[in-house]
Amino acid sequence: MLSPSSGNTVIKSKLISRRMFLLTAAKAIVTFGIIGRLVSLQINERTKYKTLSDKNRFREWKLAPERGVIRDFFDKEIASNQQVYQVHLIPENSKDIEKLFVRLKTILNITEKKLFYLRRVIVKQKPWEPIIVSDNITWSEFSRLNLFLHELEGVKPVVSVARMYPDNSSAHILGYVSQVSGKDLQTKKYLKDLHVPGMSIGKTGLERKLDEEIIGKIGFQRYEVNAYGKRVKQILINEGQAGKSFKTTLDFEVQKFTSELLKDKAAAVCVMDVYNGDIVSLVSSPTFEPNEFVHGLDKTYWNSLIKNEMKPLTNKTIAGLYPPGSTIKTLVALSALENGVIKPLDTFKCEGKIELYGEKFHCWEKDGHGIVNLRKGIKRSCDVYFYEVARKLGVDRLSETAKKFGLGKKVLNGFIEERAGVVPNTKWKKKFIGQNWYLGETLHSGIGQGYFQSTPLQLCLMTAQIANGGFEIKPRIIFDKKNNNLRDYIKYKNENPNDPLPTDLLVSNFELKPLFKNQEHINLIKDAMFSSSNEPGGTSYRHRWENKKFTFAGKTGSSQIKRFTEAQREAEVKQESLPYKDRDHALFVAYAPYSDPKYAISVLVEHGGSGGKAAAPIAKKVIKKVLERHELRKRIDSLLGEQV
Amino acid sequence: MFRARSIQSSLSIKDKILSIDYILVISIFILGLTSILAMYSTDGGELKYHTKSHILRFFVFFGMFLILSFIQIRFWHSQSYLIYIFFFILLLGVKYFGLVSSGSKRWLDLYFMNLQPSELMKIGLILFLAKYYHRTSIENLNRIRYLFLPVVVLIAPIILVATQPDLGTALLIAAGGLSVAWLAGVRVKFFAFSGLAFLALLPIAISFLKPYQKSRILTFLNPERDPLGAGYQIIQSKIAIGSGGLFGKGFLQGSQSYLDYLPEKHTDFIFTLFSEEFGFFGSLFILFLYAIIVWRIIKIGNVTRSNFGKLFCYGFGTAFFIYVVVNMMMVLGLLPIVGSPLPIMSYGGSSMMAIMLGLGIVMSCKVYKDTPVN
Repeated sequence: MLSPSSGNTVIKSKLISRRMFLLTAAKAIVTFGIIGRLVSLQINERTKYKTLSDKNRFREWKLAPERGVIRDFFDKEIASNQQVYQVHLIPENSKDIEKLFVRLKTILNITEKKLFYLRRVIVKQKPWEPIIVSDNITWSEFSRLNLFLHELEGVKPVVSVARMYPDNSSAHILGYVSQVSGKDLQTKKYLKDLHVPGMSIGKTGLERKLDEEIIGKIGFQRYEVNAYGKRVKQILINEGQAGKSFKTTLDFEVQKFTSELLKDKAAAVCVMDVYNGDIVSLVSSPTFEPNEFVHGLDKTYWNSLIKNEMKPLTNKTIAGLYPPGSTIKTLVALSALENGVIKPLDTFKCEGKIELYGEKFHCWEKDGHGIVNLRKGIKRSCDVYFYEVARKLGVDRLSETAKKFGLGKKVLNGFIEERAGVVPNTKWKKKFIGQNWYLGETLHSGIGQGYFQSTPLQLCLMTAQIANGGFEIKPRIIFDKKNNNLRDYIKYKNENPNDPLPTDLLVSNFELKPLFKNQEHINLIKDAMFSSSNEPGGTSYRHRWENKKFTFAGKTGSSQIKRFTEAQREAEVKQESLPYKDRDHALFVAYAPYSDPKYAISVLVEHGGSGGKAAAPIAKKVIKKVLERHELRKRIDSLLGEQV
Repeated sequence: MFRARSIQSSLSIKDKILSIDYILVISIFILGLTSILAMYSTDGGELKYHTKSHILRFFVFFGMFLILSFIQIRFWHSQSYLIYIFFFILLLGVKYFGLVSSGSKRWLDLYFMNLQPSELMKIGLILFLAKYYHRTSIENLNRIRYLFLPVVVLIAPIILVATQPDLGTALLIAAGGLSVAWLAGVRVKFFAFSGLAFLALLPIAISFLKPYQKSRILTFLNPERDPLGAGYQIIQSKIAIGSGGLFGKGFLQGSQSYLDYLPEKHTDFIFTLFSEEFGFFGSLFILFLYAIIVWRIIKIGNVTRSNFGKLFCYGFGTAFFIYVVVNMMMVLGLLPIVGSPLPIMSYGGSSMMAIMLGLGIVMSCKVYKDTPVN
């Protein structure tokens, strides 16, 4: 080392250079490794990382859209929106959720159970997504909250809108809205991109039927946020779009009036325009308070609804199934006439009962009606007469007519609660009960008992289609400006009374589907219904209107719940003395005014006893109310006509 | 000897200035300017503390580098051991008088700046070993007794630095020292044996690791293990680099850094920030500058006549390269996160000072390339 020879130094120098060369090669490899990594991150996977970067950068808050309103025919809001005060909480903005809860409990009325639920939601959600602590607090709570806001980090007082129903008379047909459930999210596809925490959706009735359109489009706010969750700037705001509003054919005044009439009864009323099928009124009783559902239902209230034997949650007009009873006799007679089984003046003798196939069939009039023809048969609602007619007609021909007039199928679109009912025939029994048809069952069908099941709306439609002269109409509840062909046809007929339009031309000229072979038969039935309501001895004579303006023609009915025993029949047991649950359902169908039919009505009173006594008085009052409002309604109709 | 001295004395100032490696100087200068841009971006596009201080440091130490270039190579050779001992004393000083910051004791308070002697030790060790191996004859090179001193001067500062604790710097000091030893011709088998010994001691070493160090290593093996905790830095860095794409998000447009998703963006993750804003091509540009610098350093090693100069240039060039790639691989998720600054680019005075010191000595090897050291 003291004096290294120059040769030694050169050897060493060469060794160093050789090793440096190896190192340089290694460096090149590492450098290419780094370039490869850059290629992979910045070129191959750049979209993935761009997405991740945007995910970091942006946070979106969805805004619940305002639900469309539902109006009645006169543009009165029957399902509207009101301002509500809410408390939202953004978990990531709060330093200590538990402390916050304790503080909130002293300000608001929050139960332990609710807190438990909130804790679960917090775990599930993203920390910046707001949770709704309370969706409807009072003004005083809201102002107190604002007062203490400085010590409630993460809490956000929100003024929002929520569904409000001004009245509960239309609760059934409107339905109600409530919080989205997990099941809703699974089953309703339209909610997939629409869901905002705390949003309400329609659960029944129109609210449900129209949900997809009435709900609106959600808005969102997009913010750029920094790593600490602080909003740096707003990138985008989309207010969303309020839901579509709908106008219905319902008359809120009639709804209220009818609802008041039906108070404390388990009953249903349907009123329909006989020419265009506009449903003027659809009331089911007892009703419930739809506003209770909007902000989370109180358990005791829910239990009281569930346990009530009058079934307040069921919309009896479309979801209640009842044997049509004597109201079906109009169709039995019509079917028999159309099929040429009887002539109007053919008579049978009623002695109060007949014996057929080894079974006794009773008339409701124990002493019998004597000699009965078609008109008297309907007027007095003679069961024996219709046993004979049904026997001659056969159940299959009867079912054909009944189906044509709208029984046994759903008549409204899109109501999940609506039920189809049953129009029995031999095939049906074979298929659903697996037995052959008994001839005795034809007789029961002839007076609307046995397997027959129908909804009050179906009976109303049946009556309307008789009243309009036997033409098919489609019931509708959403207002529709479309021209009404049936009205044009009636106008044409009135202007050319001596020029009867052949039936086959009705279809081509007015797109009408007649339900008859001979319109004279329809007129016979209408006349018989008139006698039933307006001639002494008629089943609803007592509840007639003398005033021509309101005169209606109707048909009573009572559907048996439990068969009378012979002993009861002998003892002439009155309906009123039976236990409530065993009493007959009272039914009444009618159209009015008789001279110029405008509306058809059906009334059902569960366990009300006889149709004449329980249902007809209600119909009488409703008919008057509806006809009184007819002029107003027509004015609106013509206004809209001009618009088109 | 006489001839050499005459060559040396015959060098005029003009000769000296002309013999500077201008490619190297310009590359360093461009890199410095780039780093100022990057620093400006970390300050959110404003001339704030970090940028100002970085500009000052760069120009001061760049000037120091130029001045050091004209110091005779003989001086560096003769003072190598002393310089090492001086740095070692500073390291000891840290142990007893150091500033504690976020759980580690790395800095000496010099009133006008906080000095991190471990950074200087990176150079000091290379200098020491370059001289040592320059003086060891090739026959003695692989004798055990001649290995004793290098092992001591290598291990002693590493232990001091690792216990600060600063594992990253300790490893980088070791990398520099080992490079010189290997380049000098120490047999591969010694590295193999010590490697095995290291592996054998690894479990014991791990038991001495702090919990955060353990978790960093585990996180490196699986960054998604704890995405909001220890893995956060790697994940966010990869997102930033990847989202830069081909051309980057644009100057001052790096959302990851601008919105504070990027940790330590001034120091260890400065490359990530640059890469996010200037994309793949920007990254290549930086890589290219570093490649030129390393290439020029090695080139100087080739032309300098003394083995001391060669060993220092090669050793420093290799160490410099290692600092660069370790930092890049770390932010690219190829290595665990160990604190290691990117030379010149990262914010930090001691690192800048050490690198410029090293570069100054390299340049002195260039200017006095034909001057024998002894």
